[in-house]
Amino acid sequence: MNAPPKTARQPDRVAKARAPDFQGLGLNFVGLVAGIAVWWVLTASGAVGLPPPPDVARKFVDLVANGQLATDIVSSLARVLSGFLIGVILAIPVGFVMGWYKVARSLIEPYLQFFRMIPPLAIIPLAIVTMGIDETPKIFVIFLASFLASVVATYQGVISVDRTMINAARVLGAKDLTIFLRIVIPASTPFILVGVRIGLGSAWATLVAAELIAAQTGLGYRMQQAQLYYDLPTIFVSLIAIGILGLAMDRLLLAIERRLTVWQERA
Amino acid sequence: MQQKIVFKNVTRRFDLRDNTFVALDRFSLDVADGEFITVVGPSGCGKSTALNIAAGLLAPSDGEVLVDGHTVDGPGPERGMIFQQYALFPWLTVRENVEFGLRVKGEPAARRREKASYFIDLVGLGDFADALPKTLSGGMKQRCAIARAYAVDPSVLLMDEPFGALDALTRVQMQDQLLETWSRERRTVMFITHDVDEAVYLANRVIVMAARPGRLKEIITVDLPYPRTEEIRLSTEFTAIRNRVWHAVYHQ
Ligand SMILES: Nc1ncnc2c1ncn2[C@@H]1O[C@H](COP(=O)(O)OP(=O)(O)OP(=O)(O)O)[C@@H](O)[C@H]1O
Ligand SMILES: [Mg+2]
Repeated sequence: MNAPPKTARQPDRVAKARAPDFQGLGLNFVGLVAGIAVWWVLTASGAVGLPPPPDVARKFVDLVANGQLATDIVSSLARVLSGFLIGVILAIPVGFVMGWYKVARSLIEPYLQFFRMIPPLAIIPLAIVTMGIDETPKIFVIFLASFLASVVATYQGVISVDRTMINAARVLGAKDLTIFLRIVIPASTPFILVGVRIGLGSAWATLVAAELIAAQTGLGYRMQQAQLYYDLPTIFVSLIAIGILGLAMDRLLLAIERRLTVWQERA
Repeated sequence: MQQKIVFKNVTRRFDLRDNTFVALDRFSLDVADGEFITVVGPSGCGKSTALNIAAGLLAPSDGEVLVDGHTVDGPGPERGMIFQQYALFPWLTVRENVEFGLRVKGEPAARRREKASYFIDLVGLGDFADALPKTLSGGMKQRCAIARAYAVDPSVLLMDEPFGALDALTRVQMQDQLLETWSRERRTVMFITHDVDEAVYLANRVIVMAARPGRLKEIITVDLPYPRTEEIRLSTEFTAIRNRVWHAVYHQ
């Protein structure tokens, strides 16, 4: 635990959001503009064989207009979210059981450690052979990626709950069920949320790669097709979309995490 | 006065890899109802072990502890405990922390609130009832922990170096406030400390323990009146008792 501060601040139940850092945001923006400028100069001068920003922007407008970008985004997001949600919803109870019961931990842990070492993508050939080429194998690998990350975080969270806190609850009369519901769950929430965020990151990465290998829609598939026709602007649009969507989902989870853990002492 | 806590030949061994370690060896002690005893001794002499056994968080290898004549075999609502690391629940406000034990007991909301408010005011945290622990100083956290322990109305308070992490000034203020609270809400207190001054200032009797194996060494009665004041702290009687305790602890 951190050293207690010498003076107490005013009571605040929910910490006030920090004022936005305008200088930092301004610099972010400057960096972004400078990057695009460099890209433009390099491509316009023919120094690198990549499409210049206007080509990419034009392609972006086309893909929005004919609805292809929206279709791709929707199918990619649908896959990632269904796999991710199933993964997290299963991982949390399994993680709790592993953290709470030593027997369960010993039974499950070897599998977990083993599958963690296999990149989810390496499961794709097996998944396609056993599950066919429709949505199931893709959702399955995404499920696996997010499940593994979240389950490890959850049970790490449970086993690292401070013993003294559990003892404090016991001397106040709490029995196992109360301790589990009122101490173990809230105390391990920060760990779980970190795991969930890592899980989402790896789910997203896995999804795009899976679509490159086997899909008929989605951002990964679009890039794979564009590659066949040497259509670099489409590849750029897809890459930028992948980055922005990943960032947006991560920020959303971060905001949720911050909200649920305002009580944590932060350095 | 009747006996509140009785340690009867309590022994606790820990199994190590190649031998067993005796942390507490045939420890016997009677604590009277409403008495304030402090326990001092070198590090590793079994102070926490004895306290945890009385709390029911640790089982004795031999012997037993009786509270109100009943053998201790687990934590119970009549025994409250206060830890050095405060052990507040950081996701709960001060009020919710203090209400925790009452909620476990199943007390109705209105009663919980009323009791919690009383004890929060008693320890001087009235303005911070809705604050989260992270916004409190160390002394305030410990006062919250004291209010939380008091709220379930235990007749025994077990305190394991509760002021150990506080600076000297806060520590003295906490001692005075603890005695003040104790004089208004009389409980039997067993209080572990490393600080000889603190041990003498607070106690009816100081229990001195020795290490290897952990055991009772000497009991020194503090014949000074309550309320204890700054004057008492500076008196020659206080100094004399302090020196006796000091000698008992450090010349073993
Ligand atoms: N779970 C355990 N396993 C093995 N040995 C233990 C365990 N708990 C305590 N001990 C040993 O028992 C002895 C007494 O421990 P205890 O915590 O009661 O000491 P203490 O008097 O409270 O010391 P301190 O003043 O440092 O807190 C120590 O030597 C410690 O190493
Ligand atoms: Mg100790």
